[in-house]
Amino acid sequence: MPQLPEGVPVPDDGALPAWVVGSHPTRFGVYVHVPFCSVRCGYCDFNTYTASELGGGASQHSYATTALSEVTLARRVLDDAGLGERPVSTVFFGGGTPTMLPASDLVRILGGVRDAWGLADDAEVTTEANPDSVTPQSLAELRAGGFTRVSFGMQSAVPHVLATLDRTHDPLRIPDVVRWARDAGLDVSLDLIYGTPGETLDDWRASLEAAIATDVDHVSAYALVVEPGTKMGAQVKRGLLPLPDEDDQATKYELADALLAAAGYEWYEVSNWARGGIEGPHACRHNLAYWRGDDWWGVGPGAHSYVAGAHPEHAGVRWWNVKHPRRYAALLEDGRSPGAARELLTHEDGELERVMLQVRLSEGLPLDALTPSARTAVATLVGQGLLDGRAALGADGRDRRALLTLRGRLLADAVVRALT
Amino acid sequence: MPIPGPALRARIEPNATAPELIRNFCIIAHIDHGKSTLADRMLQLTGVVEARAMRAQYLDRMDIERERGITIKSQAVRMPWQVDETPYALNMIDTPGHVDFTYEVSRSLAACEGAVLLVDAAQGIEAQTLANLYLAMENDLEIIPVLNKIDLPAAQPEKYAEEIGNLVGVDPDDVLRVSGKTGVGVEELLDRIVAKIPAPVGNPDASARAMIFDSVYDIYRGVVTYVRVVDGNLNPRERIAMMSTGATHELLEIGVISPEPNPTKGIGVGEVGYLITGVKDVRQSKVGDTVTTQVKPATEALGGYEDPKPMVFSGLYPIDGSDYPALRDALDKLKLNDAALNYEPETSVALGFGFRVGFLGLLHLEIVRERLEREFNLDLISTAPNVIYDVDLEDRTTVVVTNPSEFPSGKIREVREPVVRATILTPSEFVGTVMGLCTERRGSLLGMDYLSEDRVELRYTLPLAEIVFDFFDQLKSRTRGYASLDYETTGDQAADLVKVDILLQGDKVDAFSAIVHKDKAYDYGVRMTEKLKELIPRQQFEVPIQAAVGARVIARETIRAMRKDVLAKCYGGDISRKRKLLEKQKEGKKRMKTIGSVEVPKDAFIAALSSDASGGKDKK
Repeated sequence: MPQLPEGVPVPDDGALPAWVVGSHPTRFGVYVHVPFCSVRCGYCDFNTYTASELGGGASQHSYATTALSEVTLARRVLDDAGLGERPVSTVFFGGGTPTMLPASDLVRILGGVRDAWGLADDAEVTTEANPDSVTPQSLAELRAGGFTRVSFGMQSAVPHVLATLDRTHDPLRIPDVVRWARDAGLDVSLDLIYGTPGETLDDWRASLEAAIATDVDHVSAYALVVEPGTKMGAQVKRGLLPLPDEDDQATKYELADALLAAAGYEWYEVSNWARGGIEGPHACRHNLAYWRGDDWWGVGPGAHSYVAGAHPEHAGVRWWNVKHPRRYAALLEDGRSPGAARELLTHEDGELERVMLQVRLSEGLPLDALTPSARTAVATLVGQGLLDGRAALGADGRDRRALLTLRGRLLADAVVRALT
Repeated sequence: MPIPGPALRARIEPNATAPELIRNFCIIAHIDHGKSTLADRMLQLTGVVEARAMRAQYLDRMDIERERGITIKSQAVRMPWQVDETPYALNMIDTPGHVDFTYEVSRSLAACEGAVLLVDAAQGIEAQTLANLYLAMENDLEIIPVLNKIDLPAAQPEKYAEEIGNLVGVDPDDVLRVSGKTGVGVEELLDRIVAKIPAPVGNPDASARAMIFDSVYDIYRGVVTYVRVVDGNLNPRERIAMMSTGATHELLEIGVISPEPNPTKGIGVGEVGYLITGVKDVRQSKVGDTVTTQVKPATEALGGYEDPKPMVFSGLYPIDGSDYPALRDALDKLKLNDAALNYEPETSVALGFGFRVGFLGLLHLEIVRERLEREFNLDLISTAPNVIYDVDLEDRTTVVVTNPSEFPSGKIREVREPVVRATILTPSEFVGTVMGLCTERRGSLLGMDYLSEDRVELRYTLPLAEIVFDFFDQLKSRTRGYASLDYETTGDQAADLVKVDILLQGDKVDAFSAIVHKDKAYDYGVRMTEKLKELIPRQQFEVPIQAAVGARVIARETIRAMRKDVLAKCYGGDISRKRKLLEKQKEGKKRMKTIGSVEVPKDAFIAALSSDASGGKDKK
């Protein structure tokens, strides 16, 4: 999130547009952004800060309290919109490095969410974690406090790749932290990054094999994107690092899919694989909620939120908080919404987002919901080998849908452009 | 006293000036050798334009002319002058300075009895000036050689006086030295024009005959026709007749330019003036035609009339297809003022609807294109310019090809292409280089002369197509800008020519087809396929780019398939940014042309076509 999108102002009290009132019965999730890291990684453009970058005024110690004040505001705003009475299906703590905070702070924030809306019986509660910043004790404490899932930023098993990424953890620690988390009763996912400058295909294979060897139930694999404004972006610009090669990344994606599939992981979203696939117990339901268009409230600096609506002109509202933790804290202390700006999505926007997000999923995008011209494009895309022909015809006994092939997953943006 | 007083002026009133008091002259000069500045100075000295009303290059009307420092349309200005006790009417006929307009130049020259040969004292004579000088000499014009810009520190008057003295056949000491900028020597030049240039001769009692040497469309007045009266006289309200067509028009206004139009009671033998008849299209008042009167028509037209003949063709297409009607309207308007411009609609698979436009030459092409873009706000793609080919088929029929995509695919007996006689002036150190270039371009040497110790005139026969294809740029770059070029078409020759097609994934892209010599087909094919490989973005599938002669592929490149076009991460905080990115990409897609199933950015067409199209002469 190098820059926030452009939008229109959010009212001081954070009130939602009148037209969302009582509009819909979607599930509701909560995202909690924790904007702290011990080290800023060279490739990272997330909204996060090291202690030294942050200076005074927005300390990690008071962060839980600040975040909880937004939870209180969120409950009031949703109440005013008639949407307050929905138990939370999923909670996701992301960052930054949420585990920079003591487990007790994370549990306290989760408690605030539970107090505000209640958690659904089968609620999924995930936190991202750095392998450096967990212990068997902290993981047990998280589980006891209601967390069900942890996602470790493994990135690579190869030291020189980790060094290029500025990651400080010892790759040999990964099997340990996975075991600790499982022993604590948490579902575990590993995040991997491919296409780092200098990473060979064998390096990548080694990373995949190391991840599979831990016997986790979920793996995410992301192509490295060099974002402008990051340290790595500057290194590439100055010619100190080569720009990742897209063909190399495509080959690595195919390798990931092959190795993960062989080890029993099913892809269920372009960059995500889980045992049991999309409907199984290990797919990340919080992320699925984003892709399926459910409502969520994002707590924390720079966090985005979305509430669907029913209105002749608008499909929903999305807003995002101010980026800087100090400004964020100051607004909340003032009793004001930390929202920086929002956008009122037109139905056209909503349609584009729906296609763009749902087509990434292994359940595909129902053809019934497409425009006639998009349905015509489906045939072409099947012919080009980007969409699965059986799924498009409904030959697999399910509703006709646009389902990406392996090649289609690598060209998903082209598919979206063709379908919208 | 250079400007005659009222008593003397009465003797040089329009329609009442004895031919012996008239001097008709033009100025032959290379662009930026200071013709316009000198003309401005003459206007000032003769009192025709007051100093404070002077704007630089008074006579060049169009913005493009002013900016490029070139004169496209000639004008004629009447200036009073006095030598001893005799008043004179001097008509300065401004000639176009470029080879594309040779015919117009020849008509301007035919309206004069003498010519000022104006040469930059720091640069020496250029090829086009030399060509126009020869043209003037062939017309028996009295030549007054003049070195201009003698105020420049880099001026070498001795050296260049010698050079032009030799050319014209006068003593170098008799070459006048002037500065249009400071005015030095200009009065002397005016005196010499009176002294040296013969007065016009004609029969005042004969049927009127006047030659049209220019024809300009004015939005308020309709067509303004510039004429030189040879015999008889033309009077207001007479009906006049155009001898080439027999068409008659009422003469709404007649007058002289000094320097604004002044209506007069007529114009007589030897005089130069303008006519307004109310016609709206310069095609009804053609340069070179003879004007006579309906009442007492002449029986024999003045010689030298020719219809303008386009030599270079290019397809003009609007970048935005919806601008096609606007392009048609714009061409219709330009045509009113440009008898040489002709065009017909054509369609291109690659570029959509457009026009195949015929031009006199490359500069003409550039001027038209620039006016279309500037005055009519159109964004255009122009295809690489080509010449006209006559293709004889085995069945004894002949096809005239103005667009490479029309090149017949059947059994061909012979292809003929236009050739030119080119004159190149170069410092002697570059003679080898220039000969090398001409040989590469299939030229054959006709002759070579030293103009002076270190300047050489080379004469070649060259295919026009080779000149159209970046010859001038090459000439300039290989001679560090020193060489100059002029050419005139002289006929045609049979040549071993083939059509090279460019295919994208097996589909012919008509806009890139070219007719080239057999020996150069491979070069063209390799260059185009390489260039297109750079310009066309990767697609979802592999795209072969082939160059082919008939069914034979002579060059091939491959654009590898794009394998990855997906954002890895797309979570809550990414959605708005991602949607906007996709919207932008979809917007970009609208600027693509689809050839077969290959999406080609319109910019790629422009880039691929433009670098080959820049063969314009004398762009300085």
